[in-house]
Amino acid sequence: MGALDGKVALITGAARGQGAAEARLFASRGAKVMMCDVLDEEGAQVAADIGDSAAYMRLDVTSEQDWKNVVNATVEKFGKLNVLVNNAGIISPIVEIQDTTLEQYNKVINVNQVGVFLGMREVVEPMKKAGGGSIVNISSIDGLLGMYGATAYCATKFAVRGMTKVAALELGKHGIRVNSLHPGGVKTKILDDTGMTEEQAEDAFKAIPLGRIAKSEEMATLAAYLASDDASYSTGSEFVADGGLTAGFALEG
Amino acid sequence: MNNLQGKVALITGAARGQGAAEARLFAERGAKVVITDVLDKEGKQIAAEIGDAAHYIHMDVTDENAWAAAVKETVERFGKLNVLINNAGIVQVKAMVDCSVADYMKVIEINQLGVFLGMRTVAGPMKDAGGGSIINISSIDGLIGMTGGAAYCASKFAVRGMTKVAAMELGPDNIRVNSIHPGGVLTPMVTQTGLDESAIESIFGKVPLGRVGQPEEMATLAAYLASDDSSYSTGSEFIADGGLTAGFSLEG
Repeated sequence: MGALDGKVALITGAARGQGAAEARLFASRGAKVMMCDVLDEEGAQVAADIGDSAAYMRLDVTSEQDWKNVVNATVEKFGKLNVLVNNAGIISPIVEIQDTTLEQYNKVINVNQVGVFLGMREVVEPMKKAGGGSIVNISSIDGLLGMYGATAYCATKFAVRGMTKVAALELGKHGIRVNSLHPGGVKTKILDDTGMTEEQAEDAFKAIPLGRIAKSEEMATLAAYLASDDASYSTGSEFVADGGLTAGFALEG
Repeated sequence: MNNLQGKVALITGAARGQGAAEARLFAERGAKVVITDVLDKEGKQIAAEIGDAAHYIHMDVTDENAWAAAVKETVERFGKLNVLINNAGIVQVKAMVDCSVADYMKVIEINQLGVFLGMRTVAGPMKDAGGGSIINISSIDGLIGMTGGAAYCASKFAVRGMTKVAAMELGPDNIRVNSIHPGGVLTPMVTQTGLDESAIESIFGKVPLGRVGQPEEMATLAAYLASDDSSYSTGSEFIADGGLTAGFSLEG
């Protein structure tokens, strides 16, 4: 399938997990991919695995200068930039609000929220030059409802959802679409950072309608849809892939 | 792209507009398609144009027996049924104070009861097929209000709600259920409200993307939800409205 032929995508946090799955899938569907992360060794390795249609470059999403550098480098290498996947994110260990330090809070805000703001801002010009584009912001089910012990994380994911709508309103006239993607439970490294074991994580998702945790690839296919021209009339809204977790509650076991 | 290979889809209201666009795109991407409608001549014509991958069945979506017969015929003809698009719908623009019970119930029966009957009837065959995808066409009027849309909005919000209940009940059988929310799309249903093309353009030209949607742009979203690419999505809203519901602008 060449649904992403002609697309040049910058993907943040692409060294592993969902970002790496997105990079692989996008390349397999015809896109050129600039993979960014702070995990240089893993990132370069995934790019090498993919081959000529991928490149790796270090990007700290909280750094304005880093953003300018990677956006320029992407356009230089692949001729344009028309897809951005703001995928990089961190989660803190589960901690209640009264025990959350300002430092912990700000760390999550900087990466998950300021990083998305900077990314959207920096790609506008190149996307305008490319005649339009698609920005895919990875929010979370925690951008739709609350999660116990995750004040900072939920704040950022709701913020991403809100900024997505503002950007959609402002950038629509340039043919730039902006949407948020809301994964539920996905087997990635970020989940380990909550302190849950793999078994606990799998158990936690048995009760949802589809009865299982997701694979990273199942988020990559949604990102690919939003990046493609198939999604040409969608902008400013939420795309949920959560196995039904947020659909409602059951009166039966 | 043949990502609908192995899918057998029943699409209601498929004689024209969005349903016809869905039928064409689905067949092109490898699906077998049963086109249902009450407009026999147009429906048969679309099926004939598509060829062997399509078949037309007359069906009134408010008729329980017609649903049972159409689903049975689909399975007999194509071997299974694993995609349903509840696309048939009518629109009515009438101030609430002037809306009779008969006016109201007409919309509810087609847009809402029809979706209920469809979901209920396909659950069995989809379970037999090892799973499936149900796509309910709601609207932006299932997300926000519209003046003159007491019945229409009620039916489209109801579809959004029933989608979530069905997702919860049918998830264990690997049947996914999602709703699509089109914004302004140029179709016969919309022009039947009495708005002409230029009026529709001027209303929906104000959205962030600055234009009305095409039926094909809804068909691609339906195709995504029907495909295995959307394997972890169930019970939620998929919006293609050019940004209409994203927010409001303080500038012109």
